Amino acid sequence: MAVQPRSRRETWRLLFLISPSLFWLIIFFLIPLLLVFAISFGQRGIYGGVRWDLTLRNYVRFFDPLYLRIFYRTVIIALMTTILCLIIGYPQAYFIATRRPRWRNAFLLLLMIPFWTNFLIRTYAWLLLLRDQGFINTFWTSGLHGFLLRLAEMIPLPIWDALLRATSTPLPLFGTDGAIIAGLVYDWLPEMILPCYAAIERLDYSLVEAAQDLYANRFKTFTRVILPLTMPGIVAGSVLVFIPSLGAYVVPDLLGGAKSIMIGNVIYSQFMAVRDYPFGSAISFVIMVVMLVGSLIYFRMGSEGSR
Amino acid sequence: MKGFTWRMVVICLILGGLVVLVIACRGGPVQPTSAPTGPAAEVTATPVVKPEEPKLAEVLHVYNWSEYIEPQVYKDFEAEFGVRVIEDTFASNEELLAKLQAGATGYDVIVPSDYMVKIMIAQGLLAELNYENLPNIVNIDPKFADPPYDPGMVHCVPYLWGTTGIGYNTEVFEEPPDSWAYLFDPEIAAQYAGKFTMLNDSRESIGAALKYLGYSLNSTSEEELMKARDLLIQQKQWVYAYDSEQFEDLISADETVMAHGWSGDIFMAAAEDERIWYAIPKEGSTIWADNLCIPKTAPNKYTAEVFINYLLRPEVAAANSNFTWYASPNAAATEFIDPEILNEPAIYPPPEVMAKLEWIEDVGEATPLYERFWTEVKAAGP
Repeated sequence: MAVQPRSRRETWRLLFLISPSLFWLIIFFLIPLLLVFAISFGQRGIYGGVRWDLTLRNYVRFFDPLYLRIFYRTVIIALMTTILCLIIGYPQAYFIATRRPRWRNAFLLLLMIPFWTNFLIRTYAWLLLLRDQGFINTFWTSGLHGFLLRLAEMIPLPIWDALLRATSTPLPLFGTDGAIIAGLVYDWLPEMILPCYAAIERLDYSLVEAAQDLYANRFKTFTRVILPLTMPGIVAGSVLVFIPSLGAYVVPDLLGGAKSIMIGNVIYSQFMAVRDYPFGSAISFVIMVVMLVGSLIYFRMGSEGSR
Repeated sequence: MKGFTWRMVVICLILGGLVVLVIACRGGPVQPTSAPTGPAAEVTATPVVKPEEPKLAEVLHVYNWSEYIEPQVYKDFEAEFGVRVIEDTFASNEELLAKLQAGATGYDVIVPSDYMVKIMIAQGLLAELNYENLPNIVNIDPKFADPPYDPGMVHCVPYLWGTTGIGYNTEVFEEPPDSWAYLFDPEIAAQYAGKFTMLNDSRESIGAALKYLGYSLNSTSEEELMKARDLLIQQKQWVYAYDSEQFEDLISADETVMAHGWSGDIFMAAAEDERIWYAIPKEGSTIWADNLCIPKTAPNKYTAEVFINYLLRPEVAAANSNFTWYASPNAAATEFIDPEILNEPAIYPPPEVMAKLEWIEDVGEATPLYERFWTEVKAAGP
């Protein structure tokens, strides 16, 4: 930091100004974090309280293959979510950022409107879409099936049989990992679009023109100029999507039919069902550390990539 | 620069210390105030000093499940005792607990389920009942007089009871699915693949598997629990979802045809959709009860006891059973209960099934074992 040494007075003034956020961080972040850290060394009491016989057992327990497998699955689901958000979100952000300013705001508003609805209600809406008797499958098994039946009557072709058989039963949408990822992508997409949009909007378009003047084709221009320059937005967006996806527990319960378990569900049940606070705290802490280290490496990579 | 950051650290520490102090101060007075109102003080006080004839309050606040009492009962109580009853309703035990923990006062009578009674007793939220004011307690069936969640009915009186079993669509099943085999036997369950739900609850689902295998649902034997886990993993491929919130609605929406669920929720759905009905598995299952309790913070404890005693009258208990279609733990009420309800095996199971019903009890050291095996079931993948 290139801060000049300040006078005493100025230091106190600065401290006064940051005191609300400092206070906030201490009360709602630092103290809970320390509590979690402390509890993670305790043991579950018989009635669910914390017994203060200090132990490392909770951390050892996390490295059981059962929990490692769940953690691995969770990371894969969160990664898929992030990649899908990027594939869908980046072009959308690019589209919005290259419109005229008046339109940009309109598009951003359109993007935000669905998110004025409560998260749970939006997830329930997906439930109604994906269920066996949901909108998609109703269309699949009655709308499309009926249409194909009529078509088969008019034009006899051997391919109808296979198609008719396929449309006679509902698609397995609900209760799958695909449903979980679809729900997560929908929930966190704006978190990807907004940082990408901010990065693309700041892009100096004369650099793109320069690349084209130097005979770079469209693909080269994109990979060598646009992508590196907007990398900070991609990095920020990915982190904003990846972290909450990693902690998801409502979406796997609702859209996954609670049939597949993510690490968030394990933590939730440690607190709400077994009331094993120490183990729940230990899992939370391990994940926090993994995430912190991961994000630091990722940010470093991202900032080097943009240079 | 260096001095600056050091000063910040010091200030952080001071602020942190202040917060700890504030928390400590808030925590401090709680204990001394709760001690004198504790059970011991009350119990020893009553026999020694004869209290003055207590007076009935003008208003009694009841916090109950919705549509869980015959409305006429309130009116009759008002007419007889001149006490106006104001009812407020909750939708889940957790909501009730959260309200009380958040410091809600003013409720005189609450109606928590068995496991919640245990939690509330452990948290010191419930007052002990004064049985001098509850002579009608003799009406309670001895089977319900010593429940494991509140031995000796020290804090509460059972109000209505039910079971965990199988809700089903009567258009699909000609015979009621009255066995866990419908959910666990590979040959039968596979026929309903993707068409039934299991409760998303480690104790209930592992309990169902244990019962199917012929064990106690409070088993603490690792071997028995492992067998139950393997059964659940085998069953998973046919399960539509693990669901404790909307299993009854899923039958109604034709998503499923069977649901492992609580009788109360299923009967509530059956009131709106006549295709739905309920069966108790013949291998035995979970029995649960909702209970009349008085919170420690109740302003009118005496009036609350008079009201609970009124609800224990045979005719009144029967009226509530007839209204809600739940079984009554009140033995004297039996002769006033609608024969249609008494003869319904899904509400009053035959004695041989009744004998196989079990309360969910605290399994102590085995609790993490249940949760671990349940996690293994959840993590098992196709």
